[in-house]
Amino acid sequence: MTEQPRLAEHNANVALPEPFIRWFGEKGWSPRAHQIELLARAQAGQSALLIAPTGAGKTLAGFMPSLTELANRPRRKPGQAHRGIHTLYISPLKALAVDIERNLGKPVEEIGLPVTIETRTGDTPSHKRQRQKLAPPDILLTTPEQLALLIAAPDARRFFEDLRYVVLDELHSLVISKRGHLLALGLARLRTYVPELQTIGLSATVAEPDELRRWLVGQNPPGEMAGLITVSGGAKPDISILDSRERVPWSGHSARYATPEIYEAIQKHRMTLLFVNTRSQAEMLFQELWRANEDSLPIALHHGSLDVGQRRRVEKAMADNALRAIVATSTLDLGIDWGDVDLVVHVGAPKGASRLAQRIGRANHRMDEPSKAILIPANRFEVLECRAALDANYLGAQDTPPLINGALDVLSQHVLGVACGAPFDADQLFEEVRSAAPYAELQRQTFDRVIDFVATGGYALKNYERYARIRQTRDGLWRVSNPRIAQQYRLNVGTIVEMPELNVRYVRQGRGMAGRGGPVLGKIEEYFAETLRPGDNFLFAGKVLRFEGIRENECVVSNGAGANIIVPSYAGGKFPLSTYLADQVRGMLADPHKWQALPEQVADWLRLQKEKSVLPKRGDLLVETFPRGNRHYMVAYPFEGRLAHQTLGMLLTRRLERANARPLGFVATDYSLAVWALDDMAALFKAKKPSLAALFDEDMLGDDLEAWLNDSWMLKRTFRTCAVIAGLIEKRFPGQEKSGRQVTVSADLIYDVLRSHEPDHILLQATRTDASAGLLDVSRLAEMLSRVRGRIMHKHLDQISPLALPVMLEIGRESVNGGANESLLMEAADLVEEAMGPRAKPDQEGLT
Amino acid sequence: MNFSLARATLIGEVGIAGERAVCDPRGVLYFPDLRLLAVSDLHLEKGSSFARRGALIPPYDTGATLLRLQAVIADYQPSIVISLGDSFHDGGGAERMHPFFREWLEALMAGRDWFWVAGNHDPEAPADLPGETVRELAIGSLLFRHEPSKVRTEGEVAGHLHPCARIVQRGRSVRRRCFAGDGGRMIMPAFGAYTGSLNVLDRAYAGLFRRETLMAYMLGAERIFAISHAMLRPG
Repeated sequence: MTEQPRLAEHNANVALPEPFIRWFGEKGWSPRAHQIELLARAQAGQSALLIAPTGAGKTLAGFMPSLTELANRPRRKPGQAHRGIHTLYISPLKALAVDIERNLGKPVEEIGLPVTIETRTGDTPSHKRQRQKLAPPDILLTTPEQLALLIAAPDARRFFEDLRYVVLDELHSLVISKRGHLLALGLARLRTYVPELQTIGLSATVAEPDELRRWLVGQNPPGEMAGLITVSGGAKPDISILDSRERVPWSGHSARYATPEIYEAIQKHRMTLLFVNTRSQAEMLFQELWRANEDSLPIALHHGSLDVGQRRRVEKAMADNALRAIVATSTLDLGIDWGDVDLVVHVGAPKGASRLAQRIGRANHRMDEPSKAILIPANRFEVLECRAALDANYLGAQDTPPLINGALDVLSQHVLGVACGAPFDADQLFEEVRSAAPYAELQRQTFDRVIDFVATGGYALKNYERYARIRQTRDGLWRVSNPRIAQQYRLNVGTIVEMPELNVRYVRQGRGMAGRGGPVLGKIEEYFAETLRPGDNFLFAGKVLRFEGIRENECVVSNGAGANIIVPSYAGGKFPLSTYLADQVRGMLADPHKWQALPEQVADWLRLQKEKSVLPKRGDLLVETFPRGNRHYMVAYPFEGRLAHQTLGMLLTRRLERANARPLGFVATDYSLAVWALDDMAALFKAKKPSLAALFDEDMLGDDLEAWLNDSWMLKRTFRTCAVIAGLIEKRFPGQEKSGRQVTVSADLIYDVLRSHEPDHILLQATRTDASAGLLDVSRLAEMLSRVRGRIMHKHLDQISPLALPVMLEIGRESVNGGANESLLMEAADLVEEAMGPRAKPDQEGLT
Repeated sequence: MNFSLARATLIGEVGIAGERAVCDPRGVLYFPDLRLLAVSDLHLEKGSSFARRGALIPPYDTGATLLRLQAVIADYQPSIVISLGDSFHDGGGAERMHPFFREWLEALMAGRDWFWVAGNHDPEAPADLPGETVRELAIGSLLFRHEPSKVRTEGEVAGHLHPCARIVQRGRSVRRRCFAGDGGRMIMPAFGAYTGSLNVLDRAYAGLFRRETLMAYMLGAERIFAISHAMLRPG
């Protein structure tokens, strides 16, 4: 253990109770400076944000104010009424709450504190929940959804009246999502119950700590901030990029080429944690490693689609140090302490420097020992990206996304929840909501529309007054009109809306669809299962499975084999390249001096690009055009991430269509974008019909975007999420699918009807806002278009350039996302000759 | 007839028990020789039916359905219209209908013979609306009823099941509402704006069709796609 600052004796402002001093003494420790400082601030009545790297004793620090206060509190005498919750701890993960119960229980017992600690999650049995209401523990460990449920209960005010502290763990990951919005609203509610409530936020390093500091306290007056305590440092991690003896591929994400080298690294370490970006990569890597696993090392797989039981077994084996390697996705991202990891391997580019830091922090979970990590780029652009991330990590750069304004679907849910708890006054609730940082800029008019939406759907056609869910009574207060509404609310609380999924049910081979009763291996997205034919082999849970068919809400599988194995692609899990890293990569391309740090084969590739075409300056946008076959290609290199590129591709295709360039399709990667057409686009640019500058003009984000958005499958998918969160349609529960599609109303149909009849409806507004920020990444595209104005560099070539190779290889390999497409029907229909008519318009939704 | 020749090539011409019919991609069935238009499962007032139970989905479904109905009636100018049951989502639907929509519907009905076939959602005649309510209706060799009968019936035109079909092509799946017919019997797609659908390969259709001749006439944006049984996928 390195030297510890000994502040405890010197800080006269802090009252550390005697049992604590004794406990630290027995352990031979002394409290760390940040633990004492946090305690001092808390005892002075302040809320605080503690930013510290993993392994800095953050958790204990966060609970010190509670524990010291509880230590001094007189014991409850028999017969005395139970006291309410003293401290509420909220974490993004159930598993984290459980973990904390274990980790906190130990010191509490050793110090001999009369403190009760309990968890309350979705898994807590109902008798325990009821008991917790009657005899609350001193410290309750829970999740944002459970807080929302507690607030919606009629006894909420009494339950929370003794609350002193709210400890928010992994705050940096909570605040960036809609869960964070729900939590912020819940926190505002708690402050109404207990105005002197103090919050303690625990966070990894973030780019803008002030945003989190505001988030922690009521925004009245606006701008109010919690105190800040920053623990710097930790040992510098030892990170390297694999300099492979193999050829690094041009494109793709599998990193298969590096399997032997990854396996060698596993052999050399006690326990290796392998992070990948998507579940399909996890499945693939796992399969490859076992193929190479001559020594039969215990290598396990962990991702969010696997059955919970299996995940728990893997986690347990990891904690017991019974494994040599684990292939994992983001399910293991957050700060859960397990096992003795001494190497982190990151397969694929990390997409963000902060994410890299977080994941690498998992190795040697002690702040004073350096973590060891190897990055494995899956293709050549990823080599650049890994290099950039590595430089950024050393620089300590942070690229956490900026916080966005509170979502209106979440606010709708909250308003109904508040009404379920107790009647509310709209003016008071408005003030309360505005005190939550994400909603600090909320307009009264918007708030009133939300109330109107919650009450009657908020439609221009006032048809539903008699079915209102909440009503304003004569005393001016809003209340739920019917107890059934509260029941429905409780079933639908939360902001996590899953894609429709099917259980993967394993049956014995040869039993086909008749097989029953085998184990459930996990869940798979419905739309993937729907593309399988009976007899297809696919990779799931580390096994090759044979698809037998779909039975109700289950995908029935048996043992599979064979060469043509399909890897499921999943909707989620693909992070776009962060803005910060993108800039770093552009900088690296522009500066040949930096190429020395790159593997020789990659540097060679860039030199070749310089010879055959050109490399763009850091702030420039390079656009290459070249003919190939009987097509004309345009490749642009914005480096703004796949989502923004897809949106750009959509809009460029529309424009080229109007310019009669007869575009046929496009494909987008994280780095670049290729559009192909029947006509010579370079000739069009030359004749200024349109010019390249006009093609890339920012005004594409106006009408073109609007027109495309309205038909986009992405908007439909986003609408479904918003509609579920806002309580317009109910969540689907396992088993409900059995009732059949014909009795439910699909969100797509509702979307179509609402869009054509009331395009300004508040839920459609919320949907557009979400889609712009999320799936479409419009803000990033807008920034890029404005940045490159006057800085677009056109290079016309006779043939494809080295830099264009990766994206060109994606053509045809990339499956088109989403929406159904008439041309596929055309192919299937008997009237094939119909398909041979005039040139088909490029598909509105498709990429090829 | 009012529809253009170009249109005619894109609609599915079928025979049902020897009677000539066209499957319109908008989801209606037209018998030119009888000047008869059949439409099924309008499920009018489904939105307000959900709203009664707390799901405040947009109240525009009735208007959207009537708008589409108006368009096909304007194209074909039928003298007979048969609404094949589940015309309203529930027994109180006609009563709940906004006066504006009621008048609109009555205007569409004016000057034609209009039959409300009783459905499981709306077994009684719709309140205060013209038209004749029937259990089933035989015209020539055709028999119109809401639920297809379990025994094979030549010339039966039914609804109720909300058929859809799914194909997979190049690893992508396309699901559309469809007419399902084997030359003897025809089951119509649901027409209502909020109506979902059930795959023709579902158990609910067991025994209704001759497999060998079963075709799904899938509704495209502008045309019908006739897909043979072998191409169809469950789910």
